[in-house]
Amino acid sequence: MSKSVILCGVGGQGTVLASKLISYAAMAKGEAVRSAETIGMAQRGGSVTSHIRIGEGAFSPLIPKGKADVMIAFEPAEAVRNLDYLKEDGVVVVSKKAVKPVTASLAAKVYEGQDMLDYLEKKVQRLVIVDGQQIMDELGSSKVLNVILLGAAIACNEIDISVEEIRQAIKEKVPERFYELNLRALDAGCQLAIK
Amino acid sequence: MVEKSIHIRFKSKRILLHSVVEFIYGVVIQNAEWYTEIVCDFAFCVYGIEQESIYLVIHRIEIKVSKMHKEFLMGNEAIALGAMAAGVNVVSGYPGTPSTEVLEAIAKRNDGSTYVEWSVNEKAGLEVAAAAAYSGARSIVTMKQVGLNVASDPLMSLAYVGVKGGMVVMVADDPGPISSQTEQDTRTFGQFAKLPVFDPSSAAEAYEMIQTAFEVSEKHHTPVIFRSTTRVCHAYASLEVKDKEEYYNNEIEGFEKDSSRWVIFPRLSFRRHGEIEETLPQIADELGALAYNKMEGSKAATVGIACGGISYAYVKEALAILNEELGWNFLGEETAGRYSVCRLLKVGTPHPFPEEQALSFMDGLEQILVVEELDPYIERMLLQTAGKHQRAIAIHGKMDGSVKTAGENTVESVKTNICELLHLQSVCDKDRVESGSQVESNVLSKENATMPELPVRPPVLCAGCPHRASFYAVKRAMAGRKAVFCGDIGCYTLGNAMPLDMVDTCLCMGAGITMAQGFGVVEKDTTCFAFVGDSTFFASGMTGVVNAVYNQHDMVLVVLDNSTTAMTGHQPHPGTGKTMMGDIVNKVSIVKILEAMGLTEVRMVNPLDLEDAIAAVKEVADKPGVKAIIFKSPCIAVSKPESQCSVNTDTCINCKKCIRELGCPAITVEDGKVVIEPSLCFGCGICKSVCPVHAIEGGRSHE
Repeated sequence: MSKSVILCGVGGQGTVLASKLISYAAMAKGEAVRSAETIGMAQRGGSVTSHIRIGEGAFSPLIPKGKADVMIAFEPAEAVRNLDYLKEDGVVVVSKKAVKPVTASLAAKVYEGQDMLDYLEKKVQRLVIVDGQQIMDELGSSKVLNVILLGAAIACNEIDISVEEIRQAIKEKVPERFYELNLRALDAGCQLAIK
Repeated sequence: MVEKSIHIRFKSKRILLHSVVEFIYGVVIQNAEWYTEIVCDFAFCVYGIEQESIYLVIHRIEIKVSKMHKEFLMGNEAIALGAMAAGVNVVSGYPGTPSTEVLEAIAKRNDGSTYVEWSVNEKAGLEVAAAAAYSGARSIVTMKQVGLNVASDPLMSLAYVGVKGGMVVMVADDPGPISSQTEQDTRTFGQFAKLPVFDPSSAAEAYEMIQTAFEVSEKHHTPVIFRSTTRVCHAYASLEVKDKEEYYNNEIEGFEKDSSRWVIFPRLSFRRHGEIEETLPQIADELGALAYNKMEGSKAATVGIACGGISYAYVKEALAILNEELGWNFLGEETAGRYSVCRLLKVGTPHPFPEEQALSFMDGLEQILVVEELDPYIERMLLQTAGKHQRAIAIHGKMDGSVKTAGENTVESVKTNICELLHLQSVCDKDRVESGSQVESNVLSKENATMPELPVRPPVLCAGCPHRASFYAVKRAMAGRKAVFCGDIGCYTLGNAMPLDMVDTCLCMGAGITMAQGFGVVEKDTTCFAFVGDSTFFASGMTGVVNAVYNQHDMVLVVLDNSTTAMTGHQPHPGTGKTMMGDIVNKVSIVKILEAMGLTEVRMVNPLDLEDAIAAVKEVADKPGVKAIIFKSPCIAVSKPESQCSVNTDTCINCKKCIRELGCPAITVEDGKVVIEPSLCFGCGICKSVCPVHAIEGGRSHE
């Protein structure tokens, strides 16, 4: 049985690390893994996506539209932008905080994340909205949104990977000095989704 | 060594010896995924004629199995490890998305036995690799597709001269394009240059194929092109790769002087041209028979799909989805109707084209759909093959409008192409997705809701990027004056975006410097600026400056020196004093180069000292001749942040001048008030210089 996970956000938010952790954890279980990342110019604050496909039966590294089991969105508008990748009863884990692009600030056009979240509420059957800012304030780091969202996504039990398996991936792939911080971020994310 | 004993019984007495051997190898290959050598002793035992049977008894079989391990690798890393497994001795290249990680991955795993360099540009890289291959070394040079244009001069001649050691020219194409100037197709380039071309469809195939590429190059004494595309280069997969002790060890014989071979003269070119044309059909037969070219599906099919590269993955997935939706088996034998089965041809070695394989693919087909990205290369070759062999067959693709001519393919676009060909419109219409436009998702139908307007999110200069300050300084200095701003290739191309709006042209690496001169010739009343990055200056900027000095042009050269090659992921270059072999060397000084070229006005300013920067631009712009300003401040990725800036809400008058003038992604408006996002601010302090009421605190202090 194959699983497809799409991560989306803004260049610089750390989508690539979250994608790598899922891939490594799945590979450690002996699963075949394919993934694709946005690399290049879009990394400079543009819209970015990572596609992960776990298990046999997938050919393309990119997920076809309507076939993603889980979406991990680092930004509300990016969730909406990529929503057509999600399958009918797919899970969306989305960060509450909007990242306002320069174009929106310049145009004086109001972009508020809430409009996007309202839309997601109407369209998505299984939606988890994550207030990562609160957790990051508690942890005293502004760089762990990716692992918080990952924790919330894992807790939804839709990707066949356990929290313990992600912990192991973090241990192996994240520099030791950030290990404890990332574990706390992961657990906080899990707790949030269970609630 | 693994010993195995296999007893095989054949039912026919009329068996040719070679087919028996092929059969054994088939059994062995199925049983052992990786082998390097097979030794087999066997004997035939012929039983009575009436029994009509032969026993083949294998006395001894030894299979040497390569030791392998599993890694999660990017396509480019797989190419790198494949090259290392093939015993590559010399590696050169110039950074360019999506090719960069090949050279980086080799450098990262290098134990010092392989020579690795970032060359000053692709032409230099190709020439370094060529001489290494003349000497019997195995070499690879890496670049993106537009880099091949720079390297094309030596490559076209090298194709005639040839090599001794295996030489691979690794070129990454960029359908979309996602991070490039053009959608050129290196398969077509390979055909033009008369060089064998390999085109992998996945990271796993790329790992195998690059090893074959070295062997083919060495065998035929010709450089070969290994062309990959973004979705193969940047896709990750879990792969089995060889352990280090299994790597091929290429002993370098050394350069043998022979002017009849290594010195290109018209007479040699004439002779070699003839020889190349004779050899290419042989190479076509040889490469055509490799498993990289393969046919799948039914003999009974009347419809065929031909594809190559990543499009093969899209076709397979689209057919799998259609099988699921329709309950058919497209690549099976069972027919559920005229169009329920098809035949698939995957082309892995597009040049010289595997004509034999294409002909057997065409047998019995009435129509063919060609699915590929960039040029209609396979389509043209199939049309040529059909014409040459008088096959009456309808070939659909980009050339008859069946497939879109520009941009990437996707599983959805391929599915639509197949449905249209097979008249399955009902399936397609159900979930047609117009690529590139924002359409309401019709899979999710929990409630009807109108999609809110999405914010446009183009890439921008990072918060704290020194280029923002440089552009802003020139903009302020030139306010109200007629000026043209020639841009170039790098992060600083993003200076074209509002509100900076400081890039009027961008053509190719180094072009801005010479284009500023052309504008100056015809627009006498205009101050002509050229912006160039440090790495681009070394790659292709210097000749342009000499041209300006020699031909007495009037221009302002602005070198944006951020001490790295930022856009492609922060590679070192001649000005950084670091090499890919880990050596610390003398930095090549841009100031000294410019002075030596004859420039008398060369200023070095930190653009973050905004007032000084503006003053410097004003001063030099009024002087005659060729002037240069070097804006020196490191990229945020290679420097430490200053203390962050914040807005004093008591003092801030909400004029938003900081936002309107700078377009920094860290400055936004929350609940009607200007705020600086702490997770993004790098403390460059430019906003402090802009604020009319000094409401911004913190950040870098003026030195």
